[in-house]
Amino acid sequence: MAPRTATLTTAGEAAAVRGVHKAFDGRTVLDDLDLTIVEGEFVALLGRSGSGKSTLLRLLAGLDLEHGGDVGTADSVMVAFQEPRLLPWKKVGANVVLGLDTDDPRGRASSALGEVGLAGHADAWPATLSGGEAQRASLARALVRDPGLLLLDEPFGALDALTRATMHDLVLRLWEQHRPGVLLVTHDVDEALQLADRALVLTDGRISWESAIDLERPRHRQDPRLLDLRTEILAELGVDMNGTP
Amino acid sequence: MLSLSTRRRPLSPPAPDSTVPEGRGPARRRPAGRTDPPARHRWISPLALLLTWQAGSAVGLIPERLLPGPSTIAATGLELLRDGTLLPAIGTSLQRVLIGFGIGAAAGTVLAVATGLSRWGENLLDPPMQMLRTLPIFGLIPLFILWFGIGELPKVALVVIAVVIPLYVNTYAGIRGVDARFHEVARVVGLGRAGTLRHVVLPGALPNLLVGLRLSLGSAWLALIVAEQINVDEGLGFMINSAREFLRTDIVVFGLIVYSLLGLATDSLVRLLERKALVWRRGLRP
Ligand SMILES: Nc1ncnc2c1ncn2[C@@H]1O[C@H](COP(=O)(O)OP(=O)(O)OP(=O)(O)O)[C@@H](O)[C@H]1O
Ligand SMILES: [Mg+2]
Repeated sequence: MAPRTATLTTAGEAAAVRGVHKAFDGRTVLDDLDLTIVEGEFVALLGRSGSGKSTLLRLLAGLDLEHGGDVGTADSVMVAFQEPRLLPWKKVGANVVLGLDTDDPRGRASSALGEVGLAGHADAWPATLSGGEAQRASLARALVRDPGLLLLDEPFGALDALTRATMHDLVLRLWEQHRPGVLLVTHDVDEALQLADRALVLTDGRISWESAIDLERPRHRQDPRLLDLRTEILAELGVDMNGTP
Repeated sequence: MLSLSTRRRPLSPPAPDSTVPEGRGPARRRPAGRTDPPARHRWISPLALLLTWQAGSAVGLIPERLLPGPSTIAATGLELLRDGTLLPAIGTSLQRVLIGFGIGAAAGTVLAVATGLSRWGENLLDPPMQMLRTLPIFGLIPLFILWFGIGELPKVALVVIAVVIPLYVNTYAGIRGVDARFHEVARVVGLGRAGTLRHVVLPGALPNLLVGLRLSLGSAWLALIVAEQINVDEGLGFMINSAREFLRTDIVVFGLIVYSLLGLATDSLVRLLERKALVWRRGLRP
């Protein structure tokens, strides 16, 4: 496979994936996949473990250039990974503005940290942060660059339920302020339904199911429309509602 | 990177066959820190050895000709200091070590970066470095004398070789060991090659580099001591060798002590550097 990159041609799109094919050692993971995320749209991507969600995200992040088809993205793409990936040898503030071209790195770092509720932690070492705090610092690192496309690979997976709920509110608030296009990879159907404008399911290398979620936020968990969507998604994921997966 | 300690509390009362007498409270309560003897106790045995040695010399059990007593050696040291032999000798030896160490450390680091960062570097540079590693470096002495004569050059060259290898091996391992996920972060935030080297690779390899530094300082002194056994007319090695010809065991022993104190001093310097440079590793500290 030859590495192919494409610049985005259509205005108003944060990401455009056309006919993307990706295989590892001859085993196909993504197969003729199409996906468009418009500017400022919040998209949640679901799929069984090993279905290729992280693979797709890495293609969009430009971390893997070996693929078939076209991948186009907004000019600036940022990623928050499942683990915070803060460089342990740099203070939190320096991590946030790592590689950022600015006259006032300290100021930018502390205002970005303030946005995620970590004001005053700029001079802390990453090892002293709690899991949730480190994940918020990683969000600050992504958002300080005002990306056109923000990729989130199960960023809340390792957090406890309470912290996760707070993080959901935080992400929504930041998204409303900065309005990046978002692709959120998650295992949690409820998370997708709470946050996203649109939910996708990845099966056998393509988007096998999708639906818009046209509901005002904050959304009520027991909203019958959400419950219907939930049942549909779980069925698509192959989970039997009455029994074991 | 963080060390975790778990403290277990006994969950059940001691078994009937426990040796702990009954009615004495929990079975294995361990008051933290109280049972550990303080660090200053580490001075006890060296002091005892020194006193035994002094006493042995005083009563004639240890022949003065083979091993003079500590007080004699201390007096000799003072004498060497006063008559102006000691300091120039130390200066010369220290200079040899530092020049050799400087060159070797720079070369070792540059080689490790070149090898650690590019496949080309690895394929071209690593094999000869690994070959050099298996070479017994002191076996090079006759060759170095043939090549460089008997001046300063062969001595410094030997120190350089002794420094390059441990530093290279450790730093290279450190660079290769930097988590690939941090390289991805560097790519995502758009650090270039130079930025990645500066912010990710070198700091990530620093713990290993410092280990390499300590090992290479140790072998630098070792190489110097061996190198100074051959054809020297100044430096600590010269002082020791001339003393041997006049059967001045006290000067020989004193010279050895100076060598080891110098080694200790440079080692402490690196350890200080280590403490300063690796604060981030201590993580959760008060
Ligand atoms: N570097 C790689 N080399 C070989 N195979 C890989 C590589 N990366 C991913 N794969 C394979 O591609 C498939 C998809 O992996 P991917 O990480 O994208 O799954 P995922 O949907 O993110 O799963 P999860 O929900 O468990 O994170 C898996 O079968 C995985 O083994
Ligand atoms: Mg994944």
